[in-house]
Amino acid sequence: MGETITFIIFAAVAIAGAATMLMARNPVYSAVGLLSTMFAIAILYILLDAHLVAVVQVIIYAGAVMTLFLFVIMLIGVDRPGAYGERPLSQRIMTGVVAVGFFAALALAGRQAWVTGSSAFGAPDLNGTIETVADELFGTWTIVFLATVILLTIAALGTIALAYFDQDAEEEGAS
Amino acid sequence: MTVTVTWYLLLGAALFSMGVAGVMIRRNALIMFMSIELMLNSVNLTFVAISKDLGLIEGQVAALFVMVIAAAEVTIGLAIIVAIFRKKASANVDELAELKG
Repeated sequence: MGETITFIIFAAVAIAGAATMLMARNPVYSAVGLLSTMFAIAILYILLDAHLVAVVQVIIYAGAVMTLFLFVIMLIGVDRPGAYGERPLSQRIMTGVVAVGFFAALALAGRQAWVTGSSAFGAPDLNGTIETVADELFGTWTIVFLATVILLTIAALGTIALAYFDQDAEEEGAS
Repeated sequence: MTVTVTWYLLLGAALFSMGVAGVMIRRNALIMFMSIELMLNSVNLTFVAISKDLGLIEGQVAALFVMVIAAAEVTIGLAIIVAIFRKKASANVDELAELKG
């Protein structure tokens, strides 16, 4: 019973946060809405016994990604009216129709699963601790893990290159 | 009434649809980017829910990999947005029409 109540509360928080992100005119409110969605999802992970993923979710998303977003929002500036224009009403209605249709399609596609059973969770003894996840991550998926290391290095280098070459172009334009 | 995997999948589908709507409805590049993050998060939620349902740890490993990809993507994407902002002084995607013939 407690699990059901927790799920309902935090699913509602996640939906409300996503709606805030969609609707807010000020990008900072959007960021805060997404942040609350991410915290709610982290709590749902704990409900699913995925403790490591929950902690990583808070550290990576709430800690690193959203902080980066807020930095960029502050860098770009939030207090310039007119820069963040809204779509016309017809486009917004069409978007709503498409989004609802997309949700209906996803629900229909998953209908087979929720009609034919899955009464409760099949294997409730799975516990996503650091040990169980690390056994899998550094056992079966070591090569993939090393590939992500290369990927992150390339991403960092790409960011530096973007900033560097941009500066070069500006200097050429000034001279 | 117990929570089944279906509830999590429907929540994931709802969050993903909201992310889709966000990419289509907003003009601010940053908020479109946040919508993409929301979509990645909702897929992670379905991964972890399925992992719990099937009793396989692979779903959680996949969720961790998605988080790594998301982190790399955010780094590059925000760098591009800042670089564009320095040239155009705008984060509005409708003003980016350089490739228009």
